[in-house]
Amino acid sequence: MLDETADSLPELTPGEETRRQFLTKVGLGACVMTGLGAALTVADYLEPKVLFEPPTSFRAGNVADFPEGTVRFNQEQKVYIVGGAAGVFAMSAVCTHLGCITRPVSGEGGIACPCHGSKFDLEGNVTHGPAPHPLPWLEVKADAAGNLTVDTSVVIPHGKALKV
Amino acid sequence: MSSFQLSALGALIRNSAVYRSIIRHGVANTNRNRSLVVFENLFLHVHPVKVREKTLKFSHTYWLGGITLVASFVLIVTGIFLMFYYHPSVPQAYRDMKELMFVVDNGVFYRNMHRWAAHLMVFGALLHMLRVFYHRAYKPPRQFNWVVGVILLLVTLLLSYTGYLLPWDQLAFWGVSVGTNMAKEAPLVGKPLRFLMLGGNIVSENALLRFYVLHCVVLPTVLLLFLSVHIWRIRKDGGVQGPPEKDASDEVEP
Repeated sequence: MLDETADSLPELTPGEETRRQFLTKVGLGACVMTGLGAALTVADYLEPKVLFEPPTSFRAGNVADFPEGTVRFNQEQKVYIVGGAAGVFAMSAVCTHLGCITRPVSGEGGIACPCHGSKFDLEGNVTHGPAPHPLPWLEVKADAAGNLTVDTSVVIPHGKALKV
Repeated sequence: MSSFQLSALGALIRNSAVYRSIIRHGVANTNRNRSLVVFENLFLHVHPVKVREKTLKFSHTYWLGGITLVASFVLIVTGIFLMFYYHPSVPQAYRDMKELMFVVDNGVFYRNMHRWAAHLMVFGALLHMLRVFYHRAYKPPRQFNWVVGVILLLVTLLLSYTGYLLPWDQLAFWGVSVGTNMAKEAPLVGKPLRFLMLGGNIVSENALLRFYVLHCVVLPTVLLLFLSVHIWRIRKDGGVQGPPEKDASDEVEP
C-alpha cells in the first residue's frame, strides 16, 4: 500500500486501516466485480437463445405400415422405424461412436456403421464395437387414426415400444 | 562517406527529410552504424547485433522454426486474399470455394498455396519441436519458451482444424461432426462445449460462422501474440541454443 509517513498521521491500532487502504480495497473489489460481470455477459452472449434448426418431429406414416419385423430407414431424418414384437419404436440411425450414419445390413438382419465397423442388432444394442452405447430410442406418438409422429429430440429408455 | 560514392539521385533521397526520418543512422560502414541498423528498426530490434556463426548453419536448426514462421506469413497473406471471395454461409461457402477454384483468375493458385502452407506449418511446427527436443534446446534458460512453443503448436492445430470446416464439402462436414462428437465425450463440460462450438445442436450455419470467426480473427491474433513472445525470448535467452552469452561489462540486466 502507498504509505506516506507523515508525522501527523495517527497511530493505527491492529485491525485498523487508513482511509486510503480501505478505498483501495473498495476500488479493487469494484474492478473484480466489473470483470466478473463482463465475463458472465460475454459467456451468456455466446450461447444462442433461439435456434433456427429444422423441426425435430416428423410424421412417419401409419402404425398399420409397421407389422412385426419391418425396419424402415428414414434417410432424411436419420431414423429407423421398426415394427418390433412389443410394438412400434423409432431409433436414431446416428452411430454412438462418432456420429456417422449407420445402415441396415441386408441378409444379416442387423445394422452396421460404415466408418469404423460398429454393428447393432435391430433393437439398437451393440453387437460389435467400437460404439460405446446402444442406439437411442426416440419418442413415437400415435393419434386416434394411428398416424405416427416421431420426435428426434426426445430420447426414451430402451424397450418402451408403442403398443397399439 | 569518403569511400562511399553516392549518385546525385541517391544523395537527394538519402538527404530527404522522409528518408532521414525512417533511416536514422548513417551509412552502415562502421561497427556502430551496423549495430544501429539492427536496433533502430522495429522489425529487427529483437535480433541480436551479433550472432554466433555456427547457429546459422543449416544442420544446427534445419531452419525449421523459420520455415514454420514463413509458412504462417504466407497463410496470413493468402488467407486475406481468399476472404475477398468467400462468404461464410451455408448456401454460399461451397460455391465460393468452387468459384475460387475454377473462375477467379489465380484463385486456384492462392487457395492451393493456402492449403500447402497450412500443411507445411503443421508439419514444420512438429518437426521444429522434435529438433528442439533432440538438441536439448528446451533446457534452462529456455524452459519458458518451450511452454510458449507448446501453446503455439496447439493454436496451429486449432487453426488447421477450424479452416477444415470452411469449404463446407463432405470432408469438412464429417470431419467437424466427428471432431465435435469427440469433444462431447469429455466429462461434464463436453455437451455444453459442443453446443458453444457449434452454436446449436447440429453442424449448420451457426457452426460455419463460428469456425470462420475463430479461424480468421481470434486464433490468428492469439498466434501472433505468442509468436512475438516466442521470438523475443530467443533473443533474450541468448540465441537458439547453447549457453547464453556472457553479459558485456557495460551491459545492464534486461
